[in-house]
Amino acid sequence: MTSAMNPAPTNAPPPSSRAGRFFDQSGMLVVLAILFVGCALGVENFFSWANLRGLALAVSMTGMVACTMLFCLAAGDFDLSIGSVVSCAGVMAAIVMNQSGSIALGVAAALGFGGLVGCLNGWLVATLRINALITTLATMQIVRGLGFIVSGGTAVGIGKEAFFGLGNSSALGVPTPIWITAACFLVFGFVLNRTVFGRDALAVGGNPEAAHLAGIAVARVKIIIFTAQGLMAAFAGVVLASRVTSGQPNTSVGFELEVISACVLGGVSLTGGVGSMAFVVAGVLIMGIVQNAMNLLNVPTFYQYVARGAILLAAVLFDRWKRRNQSA
Amino acid sequence: MVSLSPALAFDRVAMEFPGVKALDGVSFSVTAGSVHALLGENGAGKSTLLKLLSGAYTPSGGTLVLDGQPRHFRHTADALAAGITVIYQELHLVPEMTVAENLFLGHWPHRLGILNRRELSEAARRALESIGETFSAETKVSRLTLAQRQMVEIAKALTRGARIIAFDEPTSSLSAREVQRLFAIIRALKARGCAILYVSHRLEEIFALCDRVTVLRDGRHVETTDVPTATRSTLVRAMVGRELAEVFAYTPRARLGPGLDVAGVCGPRLPQPCSFTAHAGEILGLFGLVGAGRSELLRLIFGAETSSGGRIAVHGTAVYITSPRDAIAAGIVLCPEDRKKEGIVPIRSVLENLNLSARRRHARAGGILAEDWEQANAQQQVERLRIRTPSLHQPIRHLSGGNQQKAILGRWLSEPVKVLLLDEPTRGIDIGAKHEIYAIIQDLARKGTCVIVVSSELPEVLGLSDRIAVMRQGQIAAVLDRTDASEEKILHLALPLEPALGS
Repeated sequence: MTSAMNPAPTNAPPPSSRAGRFFDQSGMLVVLAILFVGCALGVENFFSWANLRGLALAVSMTGMVACTMLFCLAAGDFDLSIGSVVSCAGVMAAIVMNQSGSIALGVAAALGFGGLVGCLNGWLVATLRINALITTLATMQIVRGLGFIVSGGTAVGIGKEAFFGLGNSSALGVPTPIWITAACFLVFGFVLNRTVFGRDALAVGGNPEAAHLAGIAVARVKIIIFTAQGLMAAFAGVVLASRVTSGQPNTSVGFELEVISACVLGGVSLTGGVGSMAFVVAGVLIMGIVQNAMNLLNVPTFYQYVARGAILLAAVLFDRWKRRNQSA
Repeated sequence: MVSLSPALAFDRVAMEFPGVKALDGVSFSVTAGSVHALLGENGAGKSTLLKLLSGAYTPSGGTLVLDGQPRHFRHTADALAAGITVIYQELHLVPEMTVAENLFLGHWPHRLGILNRRELSEAARRALESIGETFSAETKVSRLTLAQRQMVEIAKALTRGARIIAFDEPTSSLSAREVQRLFAIIRALKARGCAILYVSHRLEEIFALCDRVTVLRDGRHVETTDVPTATRSTLVRAMVGRELAEVFAYTPRARLGPGLDVAGVCGPRLPQPCSFTAHAGEILGLFGLVGAGRSELLRLIFGAETSSGGRIAVHGTAVYITSPRDAIAAGIVLCPEDRKKEGIVPIRSVLENLNLSARRRHARAGGILAEDWEQANAQQQVERLRIRTPSLHQPIRHLSGGNQQKAILGRWLSEPVKVLLLDEPTRGIDIGAKHEIYAIIQDLARKGTCVIVVSSELPEVLGLSDRIAVMRQGQIAAVLDRTDASEEKILHLALPLEPALGS
């Protein structure tokens, strides 16, 4: 017994009971299930196909970008510039499409722009070792400004009707953006869990110095993550532009915080090294359900802000409590 | 030694964590005006005992008796108020504040909330003087050496009127001279009537410094004896629970051709070029005082720091190393000095930590993890190195230091290693695990690995190495054969030529 378990007394092993471990790994999924059942029973009109579809559509963009944000957080960084990238990429796509008459060119321009911003973020953070908060706070404002400059400050209407299909079509009764988000969950979940890259990202977040000394190309991992984040935000911007049939330079303000909130709500650690796609799915859906239920219950918008903040705080406190129980 | 009534007594103290009895009915007492050593392997319960003493934990059974009065600490503040200070290995100072500010942290002299700077620096100056320190109280802590910071901790304890001071492995990062200085202060504290609890792995220190010794094993009290009546082997037996035969069991090994050739390597923190040769199948010890450049040299060879010149050859073939990745590809690996900061990824599992490097080479197309290999390799390393863990999926931070170190070794044994660089491989590791690590190292050398061991423990260097390179002030001062080497000779070579300035 003593040879099998030799814990340093300061950090006892995690809960050994099966229930404890289950709760530990899927705490927020349990909360999600309870919340869902509660709303289905208690909130009128919640459990209807139309409402659930609307709910999922409302969080689809958050979900997409949360996938790459998960990698960012896992690697110990975060990215505040994504809200600006979403709106600026939408504007770019609209302008290039209108000028060139080519949908593909418009989408490519938007993605290229997003990738470039992400790559720049990654280079600044990983190679020049500038704090991610400062770096992305700066690029957030720069990109927001660029969006206003190229659009002249007003929405840019899109003349190509075929492009609207991306955001407004459905397959099997489910809107395309929801399919895209679901696909992102699967693909990025796989990358995180089952590839060397995903595990390297977690190791980088868990201890960058040890990762470096184990031969992991830390800077490269970070640059790839930020670039993917920029690409994903730009893609979300393109989908949004398609849904609203225009590029809006003033949309998605505060979107970055919504995405980070969703991740944290699901239990992704801000200090890096911990995270799974299940956490993110749970966080995104919890946020969507709360929002949706509050709308159905006619909670005034002002109160909704208060409620959302309180829930986020509660989630963090819950996580802290869970961890203390684990180590005491 | 004046024999006084016990200042501090543990009476059947117990501490239980879910599933683990960290302390099980431990009783012993510490006399005022004495230095009392606390010995035990990692996981024996020493740290838990210190945490109970400091008020960080509340015992689940038994009592702490202070001057004959049973006491129950609910917070660390209670223990501080009772005159108890625990000085941990990781010092608890605010680096960007001055010494004075640190000394009176939490009780700065003030009037209506406005800090009285003059009183603060005056009191700090007196406190430093009282332990014979000469550096200014206005120095930022970040500019002090580790030894000086320790002195600040001691002064801090005294300003709070501490009568019971516990030291947790205080010498693990000190040079020989700094250790002597620390011992002098501890003896002075003892003369003032303080009760000192001294936790260390180094038996030499216990014989040099302590009056009594208590040995713990698996959370139980094994024995408390007067130091003069104890011997090295009785203490080791008490700690480990079995007689340890020859510690190093050195047997001559055959040199198996060229291993690592280092010619003129230098870098920003090691300005003078260093050259040495180690053979395949050889263990080369690298000794030097703290600051002699041992770690810097290893880090340069491994590509963890950018070198500004020099050539490296492995098995006679020149290799070009600009990053740890290059070094690993060339068959050179490093177990870094600071296990926690540079070695392990604490929150990830044992399996992931073992496979951290080699998984790249074993991945399937597209970088998809080869899960069969991951599982099999981790299992194999755990068995081969006898890493004690309840499961491969246990976060590695829950393992003891020795098992963490073995896991880092396992990470490298998953690679085709030609040159193994070990930087203080047994620092802070209990004796049982130490010996296992020695055996592993010797076995690797016998099978042809070129091993370079940096250590500040002379017995370790002497016991393990075929040859010993001594570093002094950033240069290799000499390389001695095992048969020519002695503690005196090595220390003589390691000491700076001129007395170091400052400190």
